[in-house]
Amino acid sequence: MSDVRIAQTTVDSKQSQIESNDMLIVNGLNVRSQNKTILEDVSFRVKKGTSLAIVGPNGGGKTTVFRTLLNTIRYTGMIKWNGEVRMGYVPQSLVSTDLPILVEEFLRLKCRTDFETCTKAVGLDKAILRQNLGSLSGGELQRVLIAWAIVDKPTVLLLDEPTSGVDVGAEEPIYEKVNELKKELGITVLLISHNMHIVMHYSNYMLALNKRVLFFGETKSLTHSQLLSTIYGNEFALSEEEHYKE
Amino acid sequence: MPDTITLSLIAGAFVGSTAGYLGSIMLSKHMALVGDALSHVALPGLALGILFSFNAFIAAFLFLAASVIATWYLQKSTTLSVEAIIGVLFVLALSIGILITPKVDLLEALFGDISKITLTDAITTVLVSLFVVFVTRRIYNKLAISMISKELALASRIKVERINLIFLLLVAIIVAVGIKEVGTLLVGAVVIVPAAAAKTISTTLSRYSLMSAIFGLASATLGVVLSSYVNLPAGPLVVIVGTAIFAGGFLTNLLSKRLKSKRASAQMHHT
Repeated sequence: MSDVRIAQTTVDSKQSQIESNDMLIVNGLNVRSQNKTILEDVSFRVKKGTSLAIVGPNGGGKTTVFRTLLNTIRYTGMIKWNGEVRMGYVPQSLVSTDLPILVEEFLRLKCRTDFETCTKAVGLDKAILRQNLGSLSGGELQRVLIAWAIVDKPTVLLLDEPTSGVDVGAEEPIYEKVNELKKELGITVLLISHNMHIVMHYSNYMLALNKRVLFFGETKSLTHSQLLSTIYGNEFALSEEEHYKE
Repeated sequence: MPDTITLSLIAGAFVGSTAGYLGSIMLSKHMALVGDALSHVALPGLALGILFSFNAFIAAFLFLAASVIATWYLQKSTTLSVEAIIGVLFVLALSIGILITPKVDLLEALFGDISKITLTDAITTVLVSLFVVFVTRRIYNKLAISMISKELALASRIKVERINLIFLLLVAIIVAVGIKEVGTLLVGAVVIVPAAAAKTISTTLSRYSLMSAIFGLASATLGVVLSSYVNLPAGPLVVIVGTAIFAGGFLTNLLSKRLKSKRASAQMHHT
């Protein structure tokens, strides 16, 4: 278990050339804020139509990676997209839900045409559209946010812990829906999650982060406990394994 | 030429409805107190306008615009919150304003006097209000998205800081024209009270914006009409009418909620 092989975590200059089946190359990404290192020398690449899960402890820099991809914070290093990308973003939650706004009004802020198609794609029925955004359950809100993200037919979907605050039973359908959209529309998915079972099941590649890259490679190359020991160390992985045996 | 009451009503209607409309956004952005404090910043500008016989609207607007830009810049480049920056600017501006405003004009500057409105003032108010509504409509979707989530707005490639600056400058313009009607102390209420009233009875965004504008229009015009009947200053009356509408909306909302819950429990007993 301890001999987890860490994949090469840097992309050297030869590898920084984008190939036709690549969607994204990140090389030597650094982020500092108030004299603190948030990300250090982070490198990875994402192939078109695949899904990459970003995992790691709290404060490990997962959301910061998204912020650099969305170009909303300062960074050094290289982020190279293959051609023109349209990004859809699903945040963990909304800041303000006390605004009197219907789900339909919210979606129409972004989607002026093809409204039916986008709501059908994520299975939003008319009853939800007539509800107030602030009155939705966690699962309903996430479906609305996914609809929002795919309204303008993105080529890349960024999901920041899309099932935080969602009941356990409602998690799987959301990931199933994302998986369907990925297959139907050929969307490349980048996903942040704490749920290792979901990560193992729904991602093709994995980036484990704790400010630096702990692991980057194919998800299937790791077992569940290898993944845990990579992120949290051997002790945690062992105790988790015992827990599952029980 | 129209009489003063007609001019006051026209100016009041345009300023009231536009301020109410902007207020619905300010309230949603949790900027209610920012709007109130901002209005006081106009006082030194107004005072300088009076002292040097300069157009009061332009003088007030220049001070407001300078404060908005200073606040925006300080917020961007320091760790100070908007509330802290505006709080400091507000007391400083109010103090300077009170010191330099000639005593005979102080009461009018603080509480307004719409009875002194001229045809030029009324035309300026109408044109400025139309301009403010036009620009706000243009940026409304971006403002609404940033109200709901700054992260979503940034991810949608919306330049949130720039949109906020444009919006605050629009508020500064409407505050500058509103001063004639209700004065620097109360103009913030014209922006906030109609929106607060509309929020109590609105379930959709379109209704919220529309009702804010209608309540703004109603309180401004009723305030002016009342003022001509009871011979009291229009400014405080406009605010009192607005507050009465708010109280009405609040009570209606409360009663309808109680009625609904009673019906629901009665239905449960029935089944």
